[in-house]
Amino acid sequence: MLNKIFDSFDEAVADIPDGAVIAVECWGYPATAHNLIAALKRKGTKDLTVITHTFIPQVFSEDLAALPSLLLPQMKKLISPIVGIMRLGAGGFLREYVEKGMEVEVMGHGTLAARLYAGAAGLGGIYDPVGVGTIVEEGKEKRVINGKEYIFQEPLKPDYAFLSGRQADKLGNLTYRGNYRSDQPMMAMAAKTAIVEVEKIVEVGEIDPEHVVTPGIFIDRIVEIPGDGLGTPEKGAALIQQLTQLESVRDLLFGKTK
Amino acid sequence: MKQRLEREVIGMRAAKELQPGDCVNLGFGLPTICALYVPEGVRFQTEAGLLGYGRLVMADEVEKADWHYIDASGRFCTPGEGMAIFDVVTSFIMIRSGRLISVMGGFQVSEKGDLANWNTGGDALGGTIGGAMDLAVGGKRVIITMDHNTKDGGYRIVKECTYPLTASKCVDLIVTDLAVIEVTPEGLMLKEVAPGWTAEEVQELTEPQLIIAPDLKEIEL
Repeated sequence: MLNKIFDSFDEAVADIPDGAVIAVECWGYPATAHNLIAALKRKGTKDLTVITHTFIPQVFSEDLAALPSLLLPQMKKLISPIVGIMRLGAGGFLREYVEKGMEVEVMGHGTLAARLYAGAAGLGGIYDPVGVGTIVEEGKEKRVINGKEYIFQEPLKPDYAFLSGRQADKLGNLTYRGNYRSDQPMMAMAAKTAIVEVEKIVEVGEIDPEHVVTPGIFIDRIVEIPGDGLGTPEKGAALIQQLTQLESVRDLLFGKTK
Repeated sequence: MKQRLEREVIGMRAAKELQPGDCVNLGFGLPTICALYVPEGVRFQTEAGLLGYGRLVMADEVEKADWHYIDASGRFCTPGEGMAIFDVVTSFIMIRSGRLISVMGGFQVSEKGDLANWNTGGDALGGTIGGAMDLAVGGKRVIITMDHNTKDGGYRIVKECTYPLTASKCVDLIVTDLAVIEVTPEGLMLKEVAPGWTAEEVQELTEPQLIIAPDLKEIEL
């Protein structure tokens, strides 16, 4: 049986070349593949294209979190439906990089999902009605089908997917945590090489087949997050405690009573 | 200076549009106030991959919360009964399928129902799209909650949107701090006004010509 387990994050990313296209999920602050991102930052790989959902500034110390935006100095292109936080100036924090030549491509999240599907399924592209008449259609082919306008969108085929999950068995069968799942199953299937960091690696047979969300055939490399790693329950709790203290985001992130 | 409705009241009035059994996606900002006022049996969907989630986690209860349930704004949710977790493709099929009512904020709405609600800055870095375009195009009903005017009294309900568009001809109902306006094929119809306001006063603060509903009344909760 192929051994997919890597002992360290640095080993799992060691062969990623300059110019690689990396897909990694990010929802808010906790939901991302922190350790793999930190390892890629350490490695210093350049000219990266990063495909993600939320690209927001890292407001925490790197011993609490490692968001995709840590890779900014190494990036040549960003593909994301969300750049920054609206109230905090949206994509303004990217301007200095754009001025130095970084490309930014924005689109609706449903479009991102569909393009990843197209990449995963080997399609030539998709015709998307969402984004017609908006910034998203600029520079793209359009077509009228049955009287309705569509934008032709090319597939997205990342070289690598950085994933974060709850458990992987040694075959790579994967469960996710809550709805951190989101874009990750599609990213795993669209990428040539899918690397996952999990809370726990378990023996084959320990995951109920009904609970497997991403079948192991799509997963290439597995790393177990060590006790002092990022994205553990303890680190997550500490991160969230910090969020409750941060004036700039506290009322954006937590509930109010009537 | 006449009193406009508080944000809370806009949220409450928008919540009246929802019936038990409706599945709703609430956008960032003003729409989330609706969550506190919807009837029993309304279920919330977030593009982040939850249907039927509960209320938001409060800042003072984070130790007890499961922080693996997040909404589209990165906020932590409590689980609801009968909740489902799903991936992004399922989520956007749900959103694009006309099964969800979408309540979103707006910067501008045009007299044809075009919506601009993701960007005030003009280029790709001036805003955040997220799921707004999908929700605008795919919603069973699209309700926009917004300020009627800008801080300097400028129009937000306009002949043509000047901010970058989210989608064309997608809005069904607009609820503002002054009025409830329905988008019809003939134009924008003023259905309700804030207490103490007349149709003429609201028209003066609105760029396109409004059709006045024959049964125009005051907003009630």
